[in-house]
Amino acid sequence: MSEETVSKEAVEALYRRLDEEAQGSGYHLNPDAEFTRALVESLLVNEARYGYWACPCRLADGNKESDLDIICPCDYRDADLNEWGVCFCALYVSDEVLEGEREVASIPERRPPVAERAQHRSGPQAPTPAREAPLPVWRCRVCGYLAAREQPPGVCPICKAKRDRFERFW
Amino acid sequence: MAEARGSVSGRNTDHQVAFYGLSTCMWCRKTRMALEEADVSFDFAYVDLLQGAEREEAVNAVRRWNPAGSYPTVIVDDEKCVVGYNPDKLRGALGL
Repeated sequence: MSEETVSKEAVEALYRRLDEEAQGSGYHLNPDAEFTRALVESLLVNEARYGYWACPCRLADGNKESDLDIICPCDYRDADLNEWGVCFCALYVSDEVLEGEREVASIPERRPPVAERAQHRSGPQAPTPAREAPLPVWRCRVCGYLAAREQPPGVCPICKAKRDRFERFW
Repeated sequence: MAEARGSVSGRNTDHQVAFYGLSTCMWCRKTRMALEEADVSFDFAYVDLLQGAEREEAVNAVRRWNPAGSYPTVIVDDEKCVVGYNPDKLRGALGL
Protein backbone atom coordinates (compact mmCIF):
# COMPACT_ATOMS: atom_id res chain seq x y z
CA MET A 1 0.00 0.00 0.00
CA SER A 2 1.35 3.42 -0.91
CA GLU A 3 2.45 5.84 1.74
CA GLU A 4 -0.01 8.62 2.42
CA THR A 5 1.44 11.87 3.66
CA VAL A 6 -0.71 14.50 5.27
CA SER A 7 0.47 18.03 5.94
CA LYS A 8 0.38 19.56 9.40
CA GLU A 9 -1.67 22.44 7.99
CA ALA A 10 -4.30 20.05 6.64
CA VAL A 11 -4.53 18.32 10.04
CA GLU A 12 -4.85 21.66 11.81
CA ALA A 13 -7.53 22.91 9.42
CA LEU A 14 -9.65 19.79 9.79
CA TYR A 15 -9.12 19.70 13.55
CA ARG A 16 -10.45 23.26 13.83
CA ARG A 17 -13.37 22.56 11.54
CA LEU A 18 -14.41 19.40 13.42
CA ASP A 19 -14.00 21.18 16.74
CA GLU A 20 -16.23 24.05 15.63
CA GLU A 21 -18.84 21.73 14.18
CA ALA A 22 -18.84 19.60 17.32
CA GLN A 23 -19.20 22.60 19.62
CA GLY A 24 -21.97 23.99 17.47
CA SER A 25 -24.07 20.87 17.77
CA GLY A 26 -23.54 19.64 21.31
CA TYR A 27 -20.70 17.18 20.62
CA HIS A 28 -17.12 17.42 21.91
CA LEU A 29 -13.80 16.40 20.46
CA ASN A 30 -11.49 14.56 22.83
CA PRO A 31 -9.73 17.28 24.89
CA ASP A 32 -6.42 15.39 24.62
CA ALA A 33 -5.29 17.56 21.71
CA GLU A 34 -2.28 15.44 20.74
CA PHE A 35 -4.33 12.23 20.65
CA THR A 36 -7.12 13.98 18.75
CA ARG A 37 -4.80 15.54 16.17
CA ALA A 38 -3.30 12.11 15.51
CA LEU A 39 -6.82 10.77 14.88
CA VAL A 40 -7.61 13.69 12.57
CA GLU A 41 -4.41 12.88 10.68
CA SER A 42 -5.61 9.28 10.40
CA LEU A 43 -8.94 10.47 8.98
CA LEU A 44 -7.01 12.32 6.29
CA VAL A 45 -4.84 9.26 5.63
CA ASN A 46 -8.02 7.23 5.18
CA GLU A 47 -9.50 9.91 2.94
CA ALA A 48 -6.40 9.62 0.71
CA ARG A 49 -6.62 5.83 0.79
CA TYR A 50 -10.33 5.23 0.40
CA GLY A 51 -11.87 8.56 -0.55
CA TYR A 52 -13.78 8.90 2.72
CA TRP A 53 -13.19 9.22 6.45
CA ALA A 54 -13.23 5.58 7.47
CA CYS A 55 -12.93 5.18 11.26
CA PRO A 56 -9.19 5.09 12.09
CA CYS A 57 -9.75 2.22 14.54
CA ARG A 58 -11.73 -0.09 12.28
CA LEU A 59 -10.63 -2.14 9.30
CA ALA A 60 -12.20 -0.52 6.23
CA ASP A 61 -12.65 -2.76 3.23
CA GLY A 62 -12.43 0.13 0.79
CA ASN A 63 -15.97 -0.36 -0.54
CA LYS A 64 -17.91 2.75 0.42
CA GLU A 65 -21.25 0.99 0.62
CA SER A 66 -20.07 -1.62 3.11
CA ASP A 67 -17.97 0.95 5.02
CA LEU A 68 -20.78 3.51 5.19
CA ASP A 69 -21.63 2.75 8.83
CA ILE A 70 -18.02 3.41 9.92
CA ILE A 71 -17.51 6.69 8.06
CA CYS A 72 -16.81 9.31 10.72
CA PRO A 73 -19.03 10.26 12.48
CA CYS A 74 -20.00 6.59 12.54
CA ASP A 75 -23.45 5.08 13.09
CA TYR A 76 -22.30 3.88 16.53
CA ARG A 77 -20.93 7.15 17.94
CA ASP A 78 -23.98 8.39 19.80
CA ALA A 79 -24.77 5.03 21.42
CA ASP A 80 -21.13 4.71 22.51
CA LEU A 81 -21.06 8.28 23.86
CA ASN A 82 -24.17 7.44 25.92
CA GLU A 83 -22.87 4.16 27.25
CA TRP A 84 -19.11 4.74 27.54
CA GLY A 85 -18.64 8.49 27.31
CA VAL A 86 -16.44 8.05 24.28
CA CYS A 87 -16.76 6.82 20.69
CA PHE A 88 -14.84 3.74 19.51
CA CYS A 89 -11.72 5.59 18.33
CA ALA A 90 -12.12 8.25 21.07
CA LEU A 91 -12.28 11.22 18.69
CA TYR A 92 -15.53 12.28 20.39
CA VAL A 93 -16.26 12.33 24.11
CA SER A 94 -19.28 13.03 26.31
CA ASP A 95 -19.91 15.99 28.64
CA GLU A 96 -18.89 13.81 31.59
CA VAL A 97 -15.49 13.12 30.06
CA LEU A 98 -15.03 16.76 29.15
CA GLU A 99 -15.78 17.74 32.73
CA GLY A 100 -13.33 15.17 34.06
CA GLU A 101 -15.99 13.01 35.70
CA ARG A 102 -15.21 10.04 33.51
CA GLU A 103 -12.01 8.59 32.05
CA VAL A 104 -11.40 7.96 28.38
CA ALA A 105 -10.71 4.28 27.75
CA SER A 106 -10.68 1.78 24.93
CA ILE A 107 -14.24 0.42 24.59
CA PRO A 108 -15.82 -2.75 23.15
CA GLU A 109 -16.79 -2.85 19.48
CA ARG A 110 -20.49 -2.16 18.92
CA ARG A 111 -20.43 -2.71 15.17
CA PRO A 112 -21.93 -6.14 14.45
CA PRO A 113 -19.62 -8.82 13.01
CA VAL A 114 -19.60 -9.01 9.23
CA ALA A 115 -22.14 -11.85 8.97
CA GLU A 116 -24.76 -9.97 11.02
CA ARG A 117 -24.15 -6.60 9.40
CA ALA A 118 -26.39 -7.07 6.38
CA GLN A 119 -29.45 -7.82 8.48
CA HIS A 120 -28.56 -5.07 10.96
CA ARG A 121 -28.71 -2.40 8.29
CA SER A 122 -32.23 -1.35 7.59
CA GLY A 123 -31.26 -0.44 4.02
CA PRO A 124 -32.80 2.15 1.78
CA GLN A 125 -36.30 0.65 1.81
CA ALA A 126 -38.86 2.27 4.06
CA PRO A 127 -41.01 0.40 6.56
CA THR A 128 -44.60 0.12 5.40
CA PRO A 129 -46.39 3.13 6.85
CA ALA A 130 -49.60 2.47 8.78
CA ARG A 131 -51.12 5.43 7.01
CA GLU A 132 -50.11 7.68 4.18
CA ALA A 133 -47.76 10.52 5.20
CA PRO A 134 -47.90 13.79 3.27
CA LEU A 135 -44.09 13.66 2.83
CA PRO A 136 -41.40 11.01 3.20
CA VAL A 137 -39.47 11.18 6.48
CA TRP A 138 -35.70 10.72 6.37
CA ARG A 139 -33.64 9.68 9.38
CA CYS A 140 -29.95 10.42 9.89
CA ARG A 141 -28.36 7.10 10.88
CA VAL A 142 -25.65 8.95 12.79
CA CYS A 143 -27.63 11.19 15.12
CA GLY A 144 -31.29 10.33 14.56
CA TYR A 145 -32.30 13.72 13.10
CA LEU A 146 -35.60 13.43 11.21
CA ALA A 147 -36.58 15.52 8.21
CA ALA A 148 -39.95 15.35 6.46
CA ARG A 149 -39.21 16.39 2.88
CA GLU A 150 -39.09 14.97 -0.63
CA GLN A 151 -35.33 14.23 -0.47
CA PRO A 152 -32.92 13.92 2.46
CA PRO A 153 -30.81 17.03 3.14
CA GLY A 154 -27.33 17.17 1.54
CA VAL A 155 -25.73 17.41 4.97
CA CYS A 156 -27.30 16.65 8.34
CA PRO A 157 -27.81 20.03 10.06
CA ILE A 158 -27.09 18.44 13.44
CA CYS A 159 -24.10 16.12 13.02
CA LYS A 160 -22.91 17.08 9.50
CA ALA A 161 -23.18 13.52 8.17
CA LYS A 162 -23.63 13.51 4.40
CA ARG A 163 -26.82 12.68 2.47
CA ASP A 164 -25.87 9.03 1.96
CA ARG A 165 -26.18 8.44 5.73
CA PHE A 166 -29.92 9.12 5.65
CA GLU A 167 -32.43 6.29 5.49
CA ARG A 168 -36.12 6.42 4.70
CA PHE A 169 -37.84 6.33 8.07
CA TRP A 170 -41.46 6.83 7.09
CA MET B 1 4.08 5.07 8.31
CA ALA B 2 4.54 1.79 10.07
CA GLU B 3 5.91 -1.32 8.41
CA ALA B 4 3.06 -3.67 7.51
CA ARG B 5 4.47 -6.57 9.49
CA GLY B 6 7.55 -7.62 11.33
CA SER B 7 9.01 -8.60 14.66
CA VAL B 8 10.31 -6.70 17.64
CA SER B 9 12.79 -8.39 19.92
CA GLY B 10 12.76 -7.65 23.59
CA ARG B 11 14.40 -9.20 26.61
CA ASN B 12 11.19 -10.90 27.65
CA THR B 13 10.87 -13.93 25.36
CA ASP B 14 8.76 -16.17 27.62
CA HIS B 15 5.70 -15.93 25.40
CA GLN B 16 4.76 -16.11 21.76
CA VAL B 17 3.04 -12.75 21.26
CA ALA B 18 1.16 -11.69 18.11
CA PHE B 19 -0.04 -8.09 17.85
CA TYR B 20 -2.67 -7.24 15.22
CA GLY B 21 -3.43 -3.57 14.75
CA LEU B 22 -4.30 -0.80 12.33
CA SER B 23 -1.69 1.80 11.41
CA THR B 24 -4.23 4.62 11.85
CA CYS B 25 -5.55 3.60 15.27
CA MET B 26 -4.40 5.32 18.46
CA TRP B 27 -5.42 2.43 20.75
CA CYS B 28 -3.27 0.17 18.58
CA ARG B 29 -0.38 2.62 18.91
CA LYS B 30 -0.74 2.66 22.70
CA THR B 31 -0.96 -1.12 22.86
CA ARG B 32 2.20 -1.52 20.81
CA MET B 33 3.96 1.00 23.06
CA ALA B 34 2.86 -1.00 26.11
CA LEU B 35 4.43 -4.14 24.60
CA GLU B 36 7.62 -2.26 23.83
CA GLU B 37 7.75 -0.76 27.30
CA ALA B 38 7.34 -4.23 28.79
CA ASP B 39 10.37 -5.23 26.69
CA VAL B 40 8.50 -8.16 25.20
CA SER B 41 9.41 -9.94 21.95
CA PHE B 42 6.44 -9.89 19.60
CA ASP B 43 5.34 -10.21 16.00
CA PHE B 44 3.23 -7.37 14.65
CA ALA B 45 0.89 -6.95 11.71
CA TYR B 46 -0.92 -3.76 10.62
CA VAL B 47 -3.86 -5.34 8.89
CA ASP B 48 -4.89 -2.17 7.02
CA LEU B 49 -1.49 -2.24 5.27
CA LEU B 50 -1.69 -5.91 4.29
CA GLN B 51 -3.22 -7.12 1.07
CA GLY B 52 -4.57 -10.31 -0.47
CA ALA B 53 -3.88 -13.61 1.24
CA GLU B 54 -1.73 -12.03 3.98
CA ARG B 55 -4.57 -9.76 4.98
CA GLU B 56 -7.13 -12.54 4.90
CA GLU B 57 -4.91 -14.70 7.07
CA ALA B 58 -4.51 -11.90 9.62
CA VAL B 59 -8.25 -11.12 9.65
CA ASN B 60 -9.03 -14.79 10.25
CA ALA B 61 -6.43 -15.09 13.01
CA VAL B 62 -8.05 -12.13 14.80
CA ARG B 63 -11.60 -13.46 14.33
CA ARG B 64 -10.70 -16.85 15.79
CA TRP B 65 -10.05 -15.15 19.11
CA ASN B 66 -12.13 -12.03 18.77
CA PRO B 67 -15.31 -12.59 16.73
CA ALA B 68 -15.95 -8.82 16.59
CA GLY B 69 -12.79 -8.61 14.46
CA SER B 70 -11.72 -5.42 16.23
CA TYR B 71 -8.27 -3.94 16.72
CA PRO B 72 -5.94 -4.03 18.52
CA THR B 73 -5.99 -7.75 19.24
CA VAL B 74 -3.02 -9.36 20.98
CA ILE B 75 -2.79 -13.14 21.05
CA VAL B 76 -0.47 -14.69 23.64
CA ASP B 77 0.81 -18.26 23.18
CA ASP B 78 -2.23 -19.06 21.04
CA GLU B 79 -4.01 -19.37 24.39
CA LYS B 80 -5.04 -15.91 25.53
CA CYS B 81 -6.32 -12.86 23.77
CA VAL B 82 -6.43 -9.22 24.81
CA VAL B 83 -8.81 -7.00 22.85
CA GLY B 84 -8.50 -3.22 22.85
CA TYR B 85 -6.00 -1.13 24.79
CA ASN B 86 -6.04 -2.77 28.18
CA PRO B 87 -2.59 -2.55 29.79
CA ASP B 88 -3.61 -4.38 32.98
CA LYS B 89 -5.06 -7.32 31.11
CA LEU B 90 -2.08 -7.33 28.79
CA ARG B 91 0.38 -7.51 31.68
CA GLY B 92 -1.75 -10.30 33.20
CA ALA B 93 -1.70 -12.30 29.96
CA LEU B 94 2.09 -11.86 29.78
CA GLY B 95 2.54 -12.86 33.41
CA LEU B 96 4.16 -9.52 34.29
